[in-house]
Amino acid sequence: MSYLTKSPWVIHYDASSCNGCDIEVLAALCPGYDVERFGIINTGNPKHADIFLVTGSVNEQNIHVIKEIYDQMIEPKVVVACGVCACSAGIFHDCYNVIGGVDQAIPVDVYAPGCAVRPEAIIDAVVQGLGVLDEKAKALKAQKKGA
Amino acid sequence: MDILLIIIGTLAFAVAAPILGCLLSGIDRIISARMQGRVGPPLLQPYYDVRKLLEKDRVSVNASEGIYITCALLFTLLAGGIFFSGGSLLMSVFIITLAALFFVIAAYSTRSPYAEIGANREIIQVLAYEPMVLLVAVGFFMAIGSFDVSAVLSAETPAIVKAGLVFAGFMFVLTIKLRKSPFDLSYSHHAHQELVKGITTEMSGSTLAKVEIMHWCENVLFLGWVGMFFVWANPLSWIIAIAVVLFVWFLEILIDNNFARVKWQAMLKWSWIITFFAGGINIMILAYL
Ligand code: SF4
Repeated sequence: MSYLTKSPWVIHYDASSCNGCDIEVLAALCPGYDVERFGIINTGNPKHADIFLVTGSVNEQNIHVIKEIYDQMIEPKVVVACGVCACSAGIFHDCYNVIGGVDQAIPVDVYAPGCAVRPEAIIDAVVQGLGVLDEKAKALKAQKKGA
Repeated sequence: MDILLIIIGTLAFAVAAPILGCLLSGIDRIISARMQGRVGPPLLQPYYDVRKLLEKDRVSVNASEGIYITCALLFTLLAGGIFFSGGSLLMSVFIITLAALFFVIAAYSTRSPYAEIGANREIIQVLAYEPMVLLVAVGFFMAIGSFDVSAVLSAETPAIVKAGLVFAGFMFVLTIKLRKSPFDLSYSHHAHQELVKGITTEMSGSTLAKVEIMHWCENVLFLGWVGMFFVWANPLSWIIAIAVVLFVWFLEILIDNNFARVKWQAMLKWSWIITFFAGGINIMILAYL
């Protein structure tokens, strides 16, 4: 088991969310849910983060920002789309400026639906993301050994 | 002979301090969580964090950053080795400051605006605590009669008796040295009050792991400075010193959880005022009475 699964640091980016999902993401860090039990820490720095939580849909304004944050994150990394908007653009899907879900900009590993997404769903998604993170860590190790 | 002692001390410190510092940091996080009504992470969480950072891919904005951080870590170990092998307190103070400067240079070398703000603030922090730390060394010399830390073992009274006010002043700047709120201006462990990630913004993977380990060792060293005030010839005094150290650590966690970050102006002003009065008066009394 990789240590990555024991200390996943998350970064949260609000794409064009209505703020409903953002509040839920931050609620997961509050005493009621206390995700620090699993070693999860909220960080503001993409270079320190292992899991990228995106809320809201991708639009022409923020697609560059999402890509930039994703590129700055260091492998192995995992992306979790939080809320229906981030999964598929949700109720905003036919707005003139909206491109779609987060997977239109960067590869998404776990989808957490819900409007707004419940903190329980976010925690479940992150735990699922840990499995992906573990696999990616192993792949990276194997790649390093091969090189 | 002295050199040999320092080398052995440094090696021993390099092994013991990270373990001790890691446990202290784990306790810190659990107690902080309990103060906020949370369960908190496992005790070994800081260890997991560092192991994880070592597993991450190696990415650096330049080649020199990692070297500066390695230097900072090595000088921290040396400062700890000198102190705990009973060497000169003054030397320990200077070398730990050198480590702080390497840390600052590493941040400047990245040319990132956020890391630069962090580095600027770190320098202001050094400016704020350094006078008091030097007065600690002077006060210690006047109370014990030597800069050598080993002299406490044959002292008739602990340093705290004659240098009580110096100790009080040191307690104030200790919050800056341990990077705790309200004085965690350059590098906070709490994301919500940080500009990206302050001085460590551009550091990642194994470089950040080194910063964490350095931070653990620093904490052990500074708590050692606290304990030094309470040790004298009586072997039982060690128990008192350890009790005081643990109490101070708890106090720092309490302060950390109860204060929001202040502006740097306030930090600089208050630490110099307290240095001037607490440190200055104490040393004047020792010098003229
Ligand atoms: S999924 Fe619902 S709550 Fe979340 S950002 Fe979209 S509209 Fe808002």
